[in-house]
Parts: sequence; structure tokens; C-alpha cells
Amino acid sequence: MMARYHVTTTVNGDEVDFLCESDQTLLSVLRDELVMTGTKEGCGTGDCGACSVTVDGRLMCSCLVLGVEVDGKEVETIEGMADGEALHPLQQKFLEHAALQCGICTPGLLVASRALLERNPDPTETEIRYWLAGNLCRCTGYHKIVEAVADAAREMREV
Amino acid sequence: MRYEAPASLDAATRLLADAGGAARVLAGGTDLLIQMRADLVEPTVLVDVKNIAEMREIAEEGGRFRLGAAVTGMEIMEHEGFNAAWPGIVDGAKLIGSIQIRGGATRGGNLCNASPAADSVPALIAADAIARIIGPDGRRAAPVEDIATAPGRTSLAAGEIVVSFDLPEREPRSGDAYLRFTPRTEMDIAVVGVGVNLALDEAGMCVAARVALGAVAERALLVDEAAAALIGTRVDDAALAALSAAASAACRPIDDKRGTKEFRIEVAGVLAERAARIALERAEQG
Amino acid sequence: MATMLKYEDKDLKVVGTRPIRPDGVDKVTGRARYGADVNLPGQIYGRVVRSPHAHARVLAIRTDKAEALKGVKAVVTRDDFPEMPVEYAAAGELIVNFRDVTRNMMAREKVLYDGHPVAAVAATSEAIARRAARLIEVDYEVLPHVIDPVEAMADDAPLLHEEQMTEGLDPAPEKPSNLAKVVSFAKGDVEQGFAEADLVIEREFNTKPVHQGYIEPQASIASYTEDGQVELYTATQGHFVIRAQCAKLLQMDISKIRVIPTELGGGFGGKNNVYLEPLAIVMSKKSNRPVKMTMSREDVFRSTGPTSGAHTRIKIGCRKDGRITAAEAELDFQAGAFAGSSVPMAAMCTFTRYDLDNVRVRGNDITVNRPKVAAYRAPGAPISIFGVESILDEMSRELGIDPIEIRLKNAARQGTQTYYGPTFGPIGYEETLNRARQHPHLQEKLGPDQGRGIATGFWFNIGKETTTTLNVNEDGSVTVILGTIDVAGGSRAAMAMMVAEELGIDVDKVRPQIGDTQTLGFNFVTAGSRGTFASGIAVTVAARKAIDVMRERAAQMWDVPVDGVVWEDGHARPASSNVGEFEPLSIVEIARKSGMTGGPIAGHAEITAEGAGPGFGTHIVDVEVDRRTGLVKILRYTVIQDTGKAIHPAYVEGQFQGGAVQGIGWALNEEYIYDADGRLQNPGFLDYRVPVASDVPFIGTDIVEVPNPNHPYGVRGIGEVPIIPPIAAISNAIHDAIGIRLREQPMSPPKVLKAIREASNGAG
Repeated sequence: MMARYHVTTTVNGDEVDFLCESDQTLLSVLRDELVMTGTKEGCGTGDCGACSVTVDGRLMCSCLVLGVEVDGKEVETIEGMADGEALHPLQQKFLEHAALQCGICTPGLLVASRALLERNPDPTETEIRYWLAGNLCRCTGYHKIVEAVADAAREMREV
Repeated sequence: MRYEAPASLDAATRLLADAGGAARVLAGGTDLLIQMRADLVEPTVLVDVKNIAEMREIAEEGGRFRLGAAVTGMEIMEHEGFNAAWPGIVDGAKLIGSIQIRGGATRGGNLCNASPAADSVPALIAADAIARIIGPDGRRAAPVEDIATAPGRTSLAAGEIVVSFDLPEREPRSGDAYLRFTPRTEMDIAVVGVGVNLALDEAGMCVAARVALGAVAERALLVDEAAAALIGTRVDDAALAALSAAASAACRPIDDKRGTKEFRIEVAGVLAERAARIALERAEQG
Repeated sequence: MATMLKYEDKDLKVVGTRPIRPDGVDKVTGRARYGADVNLPGQIYGRVVRSPHAHARVLAIRTDKAEALKGVKAVVTRDDFPEMPVEYAAAGELIVNFRDVTRNMMAREKVLYDGHPVAAVAATSEAIARRAARLIEVDYEVLPHVIDPVEAMADDAPLLHEEQMTEGLDPAPEKPSNLAKVVSFAKGDVEQGFAEADLVIEREFNTKPVHQGYIEPQASIASYTEDGQVELYTATQGHFVIRAQCAKLLQMDISKIRVIPTELGGGFGGKNNVYLEPLAIVMSKKSNRPVKMTMSREDVFRSTGPTSGAHTRIKIGCRKDGRITAAEAELDFQAGAFAGSSVPMAAMCTFTRYDLDNVRVRGNDITVNRPKVAAYRAPGAPISIFGVESILDEMSRELGIDPIEIRLKNAARQGTQTYYGPTFGPIGYEETLNRARQHPHLQEKLGPDQGRGIATGFWFNIGKETTTTLNVNEDGSVTVILGTIDVAGGSRAAMAMMVAEELGIDVDKVRPQIGDTQTLGFNFVTAGSRGTFASGIAVTVAARKAIDVMRERAAQMWDVPVDGVVWEDGHARPASSNVGEFEPLSIVEIARKSGMTGGPIAGHAEITAEGAGPGFGTHIVDVEVDRRTGLVKILRYTVIQDTGKAIHPAYVEGQFQGGAVQGIGWALNEEYIYDADGRLQNPGFLDYRVPVASDVPFIGTDIVEVPNPNHPYGVRGIGEVPIIPPIAAISNAIHDAIGIRLREQPMSPPKVLKAIREASNGAG
């Protein structure tokens, strides 16, 4: 067996280190090495967005990033979204607007939506739709997701 | 497989030379990781070039931009000066995949993956971008249109890396645009892509133009006949019709899962016209 | 027990409100565990070896090299599974034949499609399993293949099953063919009906296979113990049916297989059947280790059920006033590699929105070299109604009758007898059309190259076996164990709401939970829009039984006859002052004392739900066509549907919106593309184009509520109908925009542009 790589990184604010194969994706590291299964695999080829995370604030598909590439970087996943018992406004609005059904795409959509609102606190419907175009949802038809993101943005602007 | 992330071009070229063809350059990874997963490539060494400063920056000197080959789509979209100068190249960056893909995908990677449908390539060709290359025999430069030769194939010698793209000085009253056709609005691969770059004189006459087509041949094409249809005109309806016909005539596409030959030929003409209209508008404003 | 609870019109406190779904927080925080999220100590990893050929004889399989690889713990091939005789069972809307099920999960004599499993390996790491899979050598004798259903019925077509004699033909055929089965329905005299018509239109339509496209790939983990017990976690719409299929295929007692359903990441009909489960169980048995198996997205597209591609011929005759005199359909449906497409249901749905005297429908179930179809949301109906709604649109133009008017003129209503038998009770079809006629959507002005289309859909909805256990806990809170999987739509929320309504308590005092197969009796899969209907009856029965127990306890505590106690607003109360003066007893007070009054309080239901209420919907869509590229853009979309009763209206809207967008994808871009060798060319989300957020507008919804008399809250199923009208509605809208009628799905840009070119060439 090949020697594994020792990687030190920050995940949701906590310093974490892990061993991984050189060809192991960040998605696999999160799910299999760190047992953080909130990040989902829908395709493994960057086409569905279910595995969305941010790396140094940049929204990425964790299936298209290697574990070895995040050495020294900051990774944020769905598990870091709520602040203790308090859900993030996006999480709360997804619940209130019924913006989720089966829920497999929900973590990725939430991570992507947060990345949007960090850059653009007042997005239009079109901006929300284009930003979230990399996150497939097969249940909702996107309607309530777009409403929930817009409503969360409204609330976050008021705070 | 060994993973290396050298901090200098010298170190990167040495690693590539030592691996003797069994190495792969890792930039954004948005194509390479998929190919590795599908067992299409099995490198013994992965050379991550993202720690090499020269490849990671957008530099401007005397009105000329140098675009690092490992700059991501999102970084290009966020660069105000570059947006003002080369909106057509930014159009290409904006259309690749999704926000997630653009967060990783790089211009050099898009070019060297050598897909005929690469969205960032036609606009770079239309812009007359020159690729700066480093390899075992030192540095050289080549026009972007000469890099990809066929699907998955490039003119790069073993161990060579595209480092950056040099863009010419932006003339006054010039503008560029890239349009592509896809069935979906996002998350799609170009069925046809057209990059147009043109410059006007003070009287509004087109004095220079370059037109490049993607996804209609084995590689992105620079179409001189299409450019000729614009030069010396006011980019009026007659010129646009001639451009459209020249663009369609230059296509030599295949039928595949993404589109038919006839469709690609026809839509290449339509998009050339539409892209030229946008480039014209930008030139008139700029 | 066949159970029917009649609809009661009453004031509601919980039903009809929009509480947060009980599974919501887990889903927004990443806690919810789906198939691939389950891990067991000591697990190893399985991988399937799949056929690269569309049709080939399997001459030999050599596994020795794979078995010799360090870390490989088990290898299975056809030799590890018993032969199965022909035996049918229901699984979702489609019927399965165990002879075929065993061959579909692991090829025996032949491989019948690109992606057909031929072997599987399990190893200590995924990387080793991958390597081992590549070491398995299979000798194939490649055979000619056929994928198109019409070509498959030709005399000289390659034959998939050498012994397949068409069922349902009289006289029976003398030689085998790819035509597995013919279903026929007839009513009245069709020839006479066409003779009476002023206008007869006959057209042919073609559709491609499309995939359910759930975002969660199939995933299972199985652990087989030394005493022959199985623990199986799997992502499914029906854990009891998975258990039954595994027991049959592996010849085990049902009681020895415990299936624990994980959270389900979408199914839409595609997760009713076994794929990985039996392989994981047998490899676990061979290795004495839990075996985890997950499909890649490519595996999902290549080997799990898409729906049928089809060729249909539809003929309708009507009088000048728009009244239909006769209707005829012939439906050729791909079944995939094994018989059993949705063509029987497609045949029954074809004309059922209309009250017709003369109907003839024939459906052909045709085996072809592609994956065995699985159910997909209203299986078959979107395909068969496409042609009917297209021709009705053509007729309405020809006759100068409004498209809603022509449908109203022929609409099925209470008392209409369907051509397949039943007579409709109260249904809401006319109401959806009337609402459409009044809808502000119709007032919106259309610009150049924009058009509007209308189409309608019908689905039966079903009931079937359902069980539930309701426990009133010792503090008066309530736990409900459900046997029907919440396939996404929020049925857990709906069940909690109905229980809260029955018991008269807050909905957050009711915690619904899906039970595993060892906790409840048999439940049919969640399919056919049965979940909220059937489990809704079951939880109502269980709640009422628990109420009876609590009335008895109150009677005991007051020392009065039980008839003297009524249940109101979450309290036991004296039925009248004659019973005596007692303070009402809350559910909390009764529960706290339950240990002293006779023990824990519960209610159960073990029922076969009957009396599902048919669902109808009317869709309106506006499109814009780019005449120079063929691109169709959806500008506005409205879904109007009869739900019977919307228990949780937000999730009803969600079903309408999600179904409509799946239908939009089906209409415009989704399709299976095969190359000349029968290999699937687009097994990924990049080239199998499901709609993305920026492809669609907001989807307007209008909920019609004509109660189903056979449900205590009037519920009909809602999940299927929304996917039925979009293909036809969009085709009609494209015609309205550019005057060209597309009769082929998908209406993708190359096809639309080609049609525009042909039309302009034809015009000179």
C-alpha cells in the first residue's frame, strides 16, 4: 500500500488532521475519514452540487478537490452551519418555506446559498437561480428553495 | 500515485521531466479528477501547480494583461480591470459549469484538456492571446489556437506547462464577446461556441476582427473568413449575414449526443451574428 | 381487514396548516442518514462488474485472479444464486417476475443491456474492490441487439428471450418474439363512433426513455450473521417488498431478514426493486463481514430503471360541437430487458379524463436491450396522454373551440364509467378545468414567438396493505410507527398532523417514525400516490383505537360505563351531565396513570386501504421559442389539481411544483442516448439534462379540494398527476407560439430547429 499523506486543515473552525490517499477526494475524506456524512455524493463528477463545501471561502464540489489539496486551508461544511442550537437563517427559512423534500440535495444547497448571501446580500430571483444552477434538486422544482433563499436574505439584511 | 505541490516553475518542470510522461499537471482538477475516477488516466505523479505564484495571478503592465494559467473562473469574474478590458473572455469564464466548477476550473486547464467544446478557448483565440509555455528546453510562446490539436491532444511537448496567457494592449473602441449554445441555461457543455473580438475606427468602421468557433471541429477554430466579413464594414446587417455564412461554412462538426451536424452548422452562424452584435455594442461603449 | 373510513366534513385545527416537517431539522443540518451514510463495524466494500455489451451470451466467467488479490473477501456470480421459476409479485405499480428479477440483478445465460451485472466483488477497501473487479474475466459471444420498440417487433429482430411467447393474444402465437404481452381495453363500438364523427385525427408520437433522476444513488449495507440472520440497511421506497424479494431470491425465511430503511434521497418509482441488496447479503454471508455497496451515478443510469421509451398511435373522432364519438390508441412500450413495462397503466390512463362511449386501447409490452424499466411517477401516463392531449388541441383549433371548452365538453365526472371498468365517484376534473378558465394566467399577454398550451392528466391512486402502531407514551406524548416510507413528500408530517387532529393535541406532541420490517406487519411500497391516503387511514384507525382505550381508562378512573365518556379536544369528558360531574381528563393525566389503569396505551392498524380517490390536474404553460436555435424557454407555468384534501398545503404545492419541473425536463431535454453498439452515451448529469434552477420559472399552484369520500380527511393521492400533463402542454404551447406541432419527445433544440426548417421548406 502507498504511504498515505498527512494533511492538517481546518474544518468548520476546528483544526483537524487526517491521513489520506493521494487520489482520495475531499468528499471521501469528509465522509469516510472524518465521518462527516452531511456532505452528500450524488454524482462524483461535479454535476449535481450535493457535495458542495467551501474551501477558503470558495464554493466548490468536494468531489473535485483532493484531500491533499486542502492542507493548510479552511473547509466549511453543512455541519458547521448552525451556531450551536441556533439554526442559520437559511436553515430556518428552508424549514419554514418547505424548501426541502427528500433532503439529499439540501446540505449542498444550503452551503451554496450561504456562499451567495456572503457575496450578495440582496440577490434577485434570477441571481439566486443562476447561482444555484450547480445544485440539482429533483423533488421541489426549485420554487420554494428560491423563495427561502430570498426570505433568508431579507431577514439577514434586517439584522 | 505521488502528489507534489511545487512552489516554483523550475521545480514543477523538474518533477514533470523526472516522471517522463507519467505525470499530470493538476490545476483546478475539474476535468482531471473525473478522468482519474473513470480510470481514463492513471498518473504516477500529480504536480499541483496552484502554489506557483506566476500561474496564479492576473497582472497588468502598460495596458497589457497577463493571465496566469491557474487563475480560476471565479477569480477572473471578480477582477474588475480584466472585466472592463476583456468582457468576452469573462463571458467564457462565466459559462463554464456551475459556480462550484468555476471556483476550481482554470484557463490553462480548460485549454490543455483539449476539449473542442472548451468554453474559455474561443474568446482567448479571438483576443489573440499568446500562451507562455515552460518546459525542459526552457520557455517559448505560441498562439492559443495552436495549443489544442484534437480532442484530448495538444501540441505541448512532454513536460511542458502553459504558464500564462499574454493579451495584447486593448485598442480604443474595441470589444469582445463569447456566446455558446446549450440546451440548459447552466451546467452544460457548449454545442456551439463563438468568440468575436473587434475594433472600430473613429468613424465606426471595423478595422480589426478575430472570430473563433468552438465545438464545431476537432479543436477550436480561428476563422479568418468570418473576420474578413466584418473588417471594412460598419458591422451592419449585410456584414453580419456574411459573418454568419462564413462561420457556418467553416464548421466541420460531428453528430454526437450533444447535437447534430446540421444543427451545429446553422447555430454557429446564428451565434456568430449575435456575439458580433454584443462585441460591437461593447466596442461602441468602450 | 379491508378498511374504509368515510369522509367527515368537520372543523379542523391541525390538518390544512403548515407546520415544520418532523424530519426537517435533520435534513438541514446534515444529520439525516441516507443509504450511503450508514456504516457498520468491520464493513467491507462491494463493487459490481457490469456488461459492456447490449446483448451477449455469457460463455464463461473467471474469478480466480480477483479472488487471489489480497484484501478480496468475496466474489459472486450467477452460480451463487438459485434459479427462479416464473412467479409474479407486485412491487410498486409494476409487477415483477422472480425468474427475471434474479436475472436482472445478476445475469445468467445472457447479458441483455449495457450495464447488466455479471459479477460482484467485496474487499477491504474500495480501491481493492475496484482492482478486483477489473481482474474478473468474462467471455462474451456478442449478439445483435435491438433498442427501438417498433424495430423489436419486426420478424427478423434479435430475440432477447428465446422462449418468450406473447401473452394476451388470441390465438396464442406459435413462435417466440420480443412482444411479451398485449393488454387490451374496449368499450362500445369504435367503428360506429368514427363513422359518426365529423372530424377524425390520427397521429403517431414518439418518446425516449427518461430516468427518475433521484440525486441519491442506490446504496445498501448488509450483515449476515452465523445464525443465518440478516440486517440490511437500504434506501428504498418499500422495505417490506425488498425483504420479500430478498427472501424469495435467497430462499430464506422472511423473519430472518430485517430491513432498516434509511432516509430516502429520492425515488420517484425507481427504488421499489432490488438491485444491490441480494448481492450484498450473499457477499456478507461469504465473507462474514458487513458488505457496503453504493452505485456510482453511471451505474444508476446504466442499470436502474428508467421509464419506457414508446411509440404511440392515437386516433380520435369528434362531432363539430367537439363531442368525442370514438377514441383509439395503440401503445408500443419498451419494457427493457425483461417484460413488465407500465403499458397496462398507460393504457388505462390514455383517455380516462373523458366520458367516452366508444374506446379501444391496445398496449404492447416489448422487450429490448436496455435496462429493465422501473416505475416513474404516474408510470406510463405522461407518455400515453401526450398524443391524446395533442390531438385534442389540434381538434379545438380545427373546430374553433377553446381548448378548455372542448375538454369540459367531454370531461369525466361522477358517474362516468371508465373503459377499464370502475365508475367514478366524486372527482374534481371539471373543477380543475373551471379554475383554469378563471385563472389570471390566461389573461397574461403573449409576445411574438410566445405561445400557451393546456393539457390535463389523470391518475388512479392506490391503497393496499398498511400497518401502523401508535403509542401514547407515559407522559401523554405520542409516537407513531409508520410502515410506509416517506419518499420525500412529507408523509411523516401529514401523519403526525392527522394523529394530532384525531387526538386533539398539538402536532409537536406527535413524533412519527418509520419502523423497520421487524416492528410492523407488511406494508406495500410507497408508490402510486398511496402514502398519505393509506397510512392516513391507518393512523386514523390507530388513533381512534387509542382514544377508545383512553375512554375506557377514564371510565375506570371515574367508575362510570365507557359509553358515558367522550373524547373531545384531547380530553376525556363525561358524555352528559347524567354521567356525573367530572373534570375532563387530559391525555397527559390518563397516560400518567396508565400503569395503574391497565397498562400502556396504544392503537394499531393492520389494514388493506381501499377506495383511493382518482386525481386530476390541468396545467397551463407559456413558452417562448427561439426560431433560430430551436430553444424553448418556459415563461410561466400553472398547476391546478384536485387533492381531495391538502393535509399540509406547502408540501402539496411542493409535489405540484416538483412533478411539473420533472415533466418540463422530460418534455424538453431528458432522454437516453444510445450509440450504434447499444451503449448508453449519457450516463451522467452533464449530458442527461435534468432541469437546473435557472431553467425554470416559479411554478404557480392552485389546490382544488373535492374530498375523497373514502378517506376520513378526504385525501386523494397527489404525487403522480403533476408529471402527466407537461409534455403535452409544452408541445401545445410550442404550436401556439410558432405554428408547428412536435410529436416527438424530447422537444430539444435540434429537433425544434429541424421542425422549423422542414416547415419553412414545405411552405416553399
